[in-house]
Amino acid sequence: MQVPAPFDYERASSVDHALRLLDQHGEDARLIAGGHSLLPMMKLRLVRPNVVIDINDCVDLDYIIEDRDVLRIGALTRHATLLASDTVARLAPMITDAERVIADPVVRNRGTIGGSLCQADPGEDLTTVCDAMFADIVIRGRDGPRTIPMADFHRGPYETAVEPDEMLTEIRIPLRPGAGSAYEKVERRVGDWAIAAVGAVVWMDNGTIDDVGIGLTAVGLEGVATRAQDAVRGHAPDDDLYAQAGRLAASQSDPIDDQRGSAAYKRHLTAELTSRALRRAVERSQGR
Amino acid sequence: MDVTITVNGVRYQRDIEPRMLLVHFLRDELGLTGTHWGCDTSNCGTCVVLIDGEPVKSCTTLAAMTSGHEVRTVEGLEREGELDPVQQGFMEEHGLQCGFCTPGMLLTARALLDRSPDPAPDEIREAISGQLCRCTGYATIVRSVRWAAEHGDGAGTAPVAAEQEVGS
Ligand SMILES: Cc1cc2nc3c(=O)[nH]c(=O)nc-3n(C[C@H](O)[C@H](O)[C@H](O)COP(=O)(O)OP(=O)(O)OC[C@H]3O[C@@H](n4cnc5c(N)ncnc54)[C@H](O)[C@@H]3O)c2cc1C
Ligand code: FES
Ligand code: FES
Repeated sequence: MQVPAPFDYERASSVDHALRLLDQHGEDARLIAGGHSLLPMMKLRLVRPNVVIDINDCVDLDYIIEDRDVLRIGALTRHATLLASDTVARLAPMITDAERVIADPVVRNRGTIGGSLCQADPGEDLTTVCDAMFADIVIRGRDGPRTIPMADFHRGPYETAVEPDEMLTEIRIPLRPGAGSAYEKVERRVGDWAIAAVGAVVWMDNGTIDDVGIGLTAVGLEGVATRAQDAVRGHAPDDDLYAQAGRLAASQSDPIDDQRGSAAYKRHLTAELTSRALRRAVERSQGR
Repeated sequence: MDVTITVNGVRYQRDIEPRMLLVHFLRDELGLTGTHWGCDTSNCGTCVVLIDGEPVKSCTTLAAMTSGHEVRTVEGLEREGELDPVQQGFMEEHGLQCGFCTPGMLLTARALLDRSPDPAPDEIREAISGQLCRCTGYATIVRSVRWAAEHGDGAGTAPVAAEQEVGS
């Protein structure tokens, strides 16, 4: 039987309350959102917080708002809510694609976007999505909010820029005209973590790819696939370009052999999924 | 710590350790052993219960987190001696063999039908895709849920009856 080590439980009624509790309890306190990453780790005693601060009552962090040129998503928004959102499907279909294949419907009822990003598991899908879409991350501490680009948020596996006395409150996805996006993932079975996955967004202008973001999941690349991005930016899309982008993304990946597959297989997937994600993103930008 | 959790319409007050998982609270504190406990790793779904009407894996939820909330377990499906249509459906269509996965399947099915009273087989498969059955091969489970959709007549979708007194 797996049971966490003992801890004290606190329930935060608001973001300010959560921040006060974090301040009061210091480095050994942990926030709990959906708990679907934290509790499994606590059950295996990989993490042993002294205090667990439940933020599920901070319902003002559960929102999806189209705010002119930004899609604002509250940290406590559940996977299930993101998957069901028409606003998200219209403005950022890459998120909808990813949510459809994150875990299973029951896990998605609890897991949150904030918890996913803060967990920063190398196999985590929404980190890739936020990387590729050049999201900004709003973090709140006792001195107020600060906003950092996704590129500065991620500090390596299981590490982020959120300090122990801070909290992630909002994800801001920039919205620009001519956008199309897609997420392609291959997993061993329904609900599993990715063997490999790729998220791509394009911003088209007059038939050429004006700008692009490509992120890779579970294949050993932090941040975006710059080589592939540089190769497609400024070009009119066609099959050769998609294939070239795939090769370059694979060349920048650094996967390892594990129970999910060999490094060679994952590199192959990276190339293929990059091509597919780009093609789908371009099609969507054209309303197809 | 003190928690107050409403389970199947009955309010229970208990003094528990904060680290107690909901599945153990239900089984060991309340003796409601209908909720099964399998993989312990959020994968199999036999521990699924409804929290405020939504299916959740109770092995991956602290009992403390559900204080002040409503939990519904398989024991709460039957109403006044009448089986819920999903229970009846599993009987009619052979939706179980050993029965180990069944409590979780029943509650996910109940929540699905509450949201979508006439689900297509694919929608049912998607809804139970976080749950494992090692016996039936799923085809009969999907048929069982369809049976409930066709024979439900809205039965079982009524909100939990008025709260009863605090359980002992
Ligand atoms: C069976 C299973 C399969 C899964 N499959 C996938 C998958 O295929 N792809 C995928 O991407 N994920 C998968 N997950 C993970 C799932 O998406 C989790 O729900 C998610 O990673 C964590 O979200 P949470 O809200 O549960 O976070 P929690 O477990 O509550 O928290 C995770 C971490 O983030 C911190 N945290 C939470 N919220 C905040 C905040 N607002 N500010 C600062 N810190 C915070 C916590 O302190 C903790 O350290 C799976 C999980 C399970 C159980
Ligand atoms: S015991 Fe909870 S998912 Fe298996
Ligand atoms: S009936 Fe035996 S596991 Fe489903």
